[in-house]
Amino acid sequence: MLESILSKYPKEQDMLIEILLDVQNQKTDQYLSEAEIEQIASYLSLPTAHVSSAVSFYTFFSTQRRGEHVIQVCKDVPCYLNDSDNLVDTIQKQLGIGMHETTEDGMFTLEPTSCLGICDGAPAMRIGEHTYTKLNKDRVTALLAEYRGKR
Amino acid sequence: MPTITINNQKIEAKEGQTILEVAKDHHIDIPTLCHFPDLDVQSDCRICMSEIVGQKKLAPSCSTPVKEGMEIKTNSQRVYNARKTITELLLSNHDTNCTACERNMNCELQTLADTLGIDENRFENILEHEPIDDNNPSITRNADRCIKCGRCIEVCKNVQGIHVLDYMNRSHDTKVAPAHGKFLNDQVCTYCGQCANVCPVASITEKSDLEKVTHAIHDETKHVIVQTAPATRVSLGETLGMDSGSIVTGQMVAALRRVGFDKVFDTDFTADLTIMEEGHELLSRVKEGGKLPMITSCCPGWVNYAEQKNPDMLDHLSTAKSPQQMFGALAKTYYAEKEHIDPNNVYVVSIMPCTAKKFEAAREEMQVHKETADVDAVLTTRELGKMIKRAGVNFKNIGEESYDAPFGITSGAGAIFGATGGVMEAALRTVSEVVNEKPLEKLDFEDIRGMEGIKEASVTLGENTFKVAVAHTLSNAQKVLDDIKAGVSPYAFIEVMACPGGCIGGGGQPYTTTNAKRQERIDAIYNVDTAMKLRKSHENPAVNTLYEEYLSEPLSKRAHDLLHTHYKPR
Repeated sequence: MLESILSKYPKEQDMLIEILLDVQNQKTDQYLSEAEIEQIASYLSLPTAHVSSAVSFYTFFSTQRRGEHVIQVCKDVPCYLNDSDNLVDTIQKQLGIGMHETTEDGMFTLEPTSCLGICDGAPAMRIGEHTYTKLNKDRVTALLAEYRGKR
Repeated sequence: MPTITINNQKIEAKEGQTILEVAKDHHIDIPTLCHFPDLDVQSDCRICMSEIVGQKKLAPSCSTPVKEGMEIKTNSQRVYNARKTITELLLSNHDTNCTACERNMNCELQTLADTLGIDENRFENILEHEPIDDNNPSITRNADRCIKCGRCIEVCKNVQGIHVLDYMNRSHDTKVAPAHGKFLNDQVCTYCGQCANVCPVASITEKSDLEKVTHAIHDETKHVIVQTAPATRVSLGETLGMDSGSIVTGQMVAALRRVGFDKVFDTDFTADLTIMEEGHELLSRVKEGGKLPMITSCCPGWVNYAEQKNPDMLDHLSTAKSPQQMFGALAKTYYAEKEHIDPNNVYVVSIMPCTAKKFEAAREEMQVHKETADVDAVLTTRELGKMIKRAGVNFKNIGEESYDAPFGITSGAGAIFGATGGVMEAALRTVSEVVNEKPLEKLDFEDIRGMEGIKEASVTLGENTFKVAVAHTLSNAQKVLDDIKAGVSPYAFIEVMACPGGCIGGGGQPYTTTNAKRQERIDAIYNVDTAMKLRKSHENPAVNTLYEEYLSEPLSKRAHDLLHTHYKPR
């Protein structure tokens, strides 16, 4: 599968982020393995350390298997001041998982993220590609139930 | 030429200079951490902040160009407060158990904390312990001591062109590590040790063999002999408070005896021997249509790089072992037989300017006997400095002594192995005299000396003229290799050294090896050469005796068994 994705892109180093995203998004477990990182590096003639550095810098990439819905709670200052810790606490209790962990049914993974750029709506988080702002205990509880109901 | 003032002192700066450069020219010290001479300016650590009158924010001295009329303060209260806070923050995420650190009293962060008068840190220590990376024979990486200055990344990426290390993660989770946050031996590290040499703290160091060697010395059953690499005699002094470029050959020999080595020998001897074997290998390749260009293989960082990144080039490498390994092989055969000692009881230590030599000594293919390595332990120049201090030897005032026989008679050609271009020059001295059967008019091949990245010369052998090249740093080595692969390389013989400046700029050399210091060490090593009576390897009488008594002639069966090897893709 990786080769067919790579073949869509020119061997230009600027393509790195696009390729990484494309590869990750096409996998149900939504992560990049070491072998994939090495193959992508070799395709673009980039040192593995450089690609690995880029992957580890951006919080939308993961090097660990993830569940169906990835919950990312902002850990930066405006959200922190608006009690993002409470948000994390609520999610952890309700799902029975810690940070960087996945629920046993494979439905949710909880992760921290750097600033999502919606500080006016702090505390903020996203689930998959959807962002949610001005969160509190009740809203988060409702959101999790909603996602569970979708299955 | 902008006129500026620094700390109320009027100064004529040069066009385009940064605050840091002007300050340095005028003997004003500004502390730096991420900045290192010869490497790109990063402006990451902010320890060099200065105050510019009229500007709201402090400016980083390393990356701020001076302008006409600028009024700069490098020692105001504001500057001091900023530097102090930055240092305290660094210390709050650092293993501050300084007495349990090999760079205690020799650490840039510790010096900074001392200068700034930090006797109590206002910030809580939040260090999260990381595993130590020492799964290889050469380098130890201790992330708990890393201050994320990025010098190691710069040198690995831009000087060596390998890029094994990079920043992983972001913000306060940032760490410096190989790909996937793993270990050096999982990646294409050559163990050249340039990262260790530029590290301001003890986050990256050589993997120390000091304890091992001390035990062997005090083991009555062991006959412990030592060899000293060419570059060590012009650099060891720096670790013991002397000026860079001090020539300390005789003092080093004396100190090694005081430390307790049974015999003190010179790697310059086997450097001469390498020239005999490698020179004749070149001649035989030229004569018999062997693989050309032939490339030197005495640099273990370069050999590792060739094996990992250019396995298709391995048949270009000379099969002659490095001087270190030739010494080891002879010590455990010829020497042991001559002295009637069981080779298993001969313990061979080398003093090397290099961290990759530790890896080379541990290679399986470098073993004459099954039970014992040819070279049992390798100490860097820095480790030897420490050993001498520990033994209570007053190095500066010790009398000079001479090397022991039979591996103590050497030539200037062996000595210059320590500088970039030296192996080539030594080989050209021998090869041209052997082929042309008359003495060279001029022994100095100046075209291939000095810090330029790729140098070339030509040599006439009989009726043919051959072009040769010298490359140092692995980025330059790759350029030369790319030409060979493209079929456009005009050379018959190429010398490659992994470290900038050659071995005198090696990863095991005294800390803060700048290019200016490299040049001083190079000058010193050519002074060693010119001061010697013998300046050609093939005129070394001890080498000739060795051939008469034991090896018969260059490239003989026995020479092949003991002094040559092969390399394989890794």
